[in-house]
Amino acid sequence: MSQAALTITDTTLGKKYVMALSGLVLFGFVIVHMLGNLQVFLGAEAMNGYAHTLQSNPTIVWLVRFVLAATIIVHFGAAFALTAQNKKARPIKYRMKKDVATNYAAKGMIYGGVVLVAYIIFHLMHFTIADTAPVIAGKLGYVHSSPFGPEQMPNVYNNVIKSFQNTGMTAVYLVAQVALGFHLYHGSWSIFQSLGLSHRRYNDAVRSVAVAFAIVVVLGFAAVPIAVWTGFVQAV
Amino acid sequence: MKLKVHVWRQANASSKGKFETHEVSDISPDMSFLEMLDVLNEELVDHEKEPVAFDHDCREGICGTCSLVINGEAHGPQRAATTCQLHMRKFDDGDEIWVEPFRAGAFPVIRDLVVDRKAFDRIIQAGGFITARTGSACDANEIPVSKEIADRAMDAAACIGCGACVAACPNASAMLFTAAKVRHLNMMPQGQPEREVRVRNMVSQMDAEGFGACSNHFECEAACPKEISVEFIAEMNREFLGAMVKADNTVPKRG
Ligand code: HEM
Ligand code: FES
Repeated sequence: MSQAALTITDTTLGKKYVMALSGLVLFGFVIVHMLGNLQVFLGAEAMNGYAHTLQSNPTIVWLVRFVLAATIIVHFGAAFALTAQNKKARPIKYRMKKDVATNYAAKGMIYGGVVLVAYIIFHLMHFTIADTAPVIAGKLGYVHSSPFGPEQMPNVYNNVIKSFQNTGMTAVYLVAQVALGFHLYHGSWSIFQSLGLSHRRYNDAVRSVAVAFAIVVVLGFAAVPIAVWTGFVQAV
Repeated sequence: MKLKVHVWRQANASSKGKFETHEVSDISPDMSFLEMLDVLNEELVDHEKEPVAFDHDCREGICGTCSLVINGEAHGPQRAATTCQLHMRKFDDGDEIWVEPFRAGAFPVIRDLVVDRKAFDRIIQAGGFITARTGSACDANEIPVSKEIADRAMDAAACIGCGACVAACPNASAMLFTAAKVRHLNMMPQGQPEREVRVRNMVSQMDAEGFGACSNHFECEAACPKEISVEFIAEMNREFLGAMVKADNTVPKRG
């Protein structure tokens, strides 16, 4: 008798591996991105030079963009499939249900994820399009500062400063970082559980490191808008 | 004690259920929760009404037959205990208590508080056994098992299959049950020959039954009357990944 076969991603566990591995890739990107942003504190020269270096290597930049876009689609797809399966698994809700062990970070994963998707789109339109397609950006009303220095480099530094002198914009970015922090806290230690890399001797340590990581990432990202908004970092 | 009990009533699998409210009095704090329901049922019978159907058997916390979600918690507010071991002293005089069946698509209500947990039996049938010749018992200690492995396998085997993990999980996932059963056998020497087939088939059956996925809330571990650890879930995740990568990357779809 021939039997239908399930491939690994057809199974619930397989989808969790996909979540964990794609999440790991995004986690890596988030850390590199944060370090890049922190160059604002080194001044316009450093920041614009970094942006210029990236933009002079279009092959690498587009390769990374392609991988990231694919990763987000895969991560979102698996999250959507799992969430649908989970909802279907309990068609009739409890009249009363108490949470004993879970927390807001865990319960908010899908909502935080949706906030992150919206934020990623907003963020790309705001900064990336402003640099790569200044005409479109101008029409959309996004920040685009005049070129920097004798080499006429895109003035990413001033774009950042102008953006976060605006209180509304600063608020949007800070809210998004809090969403990211919660998502990363639950996500980062979950990677270990989902891939079976857990061990009772290290589980508590993994949770503590996850908290520390989330805090570092939130503070690292939030530092830039806060520094600009408070006037600590000025335009050139 | 005097209590107000809201209990789920549903005539059969296809009918729509609703809560029914009853006052019960003369409840001793030393009674178990099930004995409180017995008192309620005797009163209902006295008034020529249908008694409330609920599952129970051993009434000493070892068979896994009793169930119920009591005030939002599977097996009620006492940790590491089944409903039959839950004493009324956990409640106060005049309390209001909500009693619901375990809720999961894979556990349809049969009547009132009784749900059909045969999905668990089918997961066991998919691989929760070892294939060994039956007949006369083999000599004791013929197969050496280290103390650590024996202890940990026993921790997993403590699962009584009550389904509280599914009931407590926000996703109605059966990961804790399946993981306990997979790991219990896969740790033992007797389980080795079928180790990979076992995890592949049991996971496939778990999916076929329509349970949810694990989102690492760990409500299951908190609700488990036998305190089965979520470490077994991580271990099953690892075993399944290994078994899939090693074999042809597919697993038979089960009905
Ligand atoms: C900066 C971007 C993101 C990063 C770094 C990230 C990272 C992670 C990580 C590491 C996990 C843990 C996987 C596991 O359980 O093992 C995870 C889970 C999850 N992510 Fe993301 N993620 C990101 C964006 C998103 C987006 C855009 C969504 C959109 C829906 C999303 C939805 C989810 C959901 C729902 C889960 C939990 C799935 C489950 O356990 O059932 N994430 N994420
Ligand atoms: S009736 Fe057997 S465990 Fe409760």
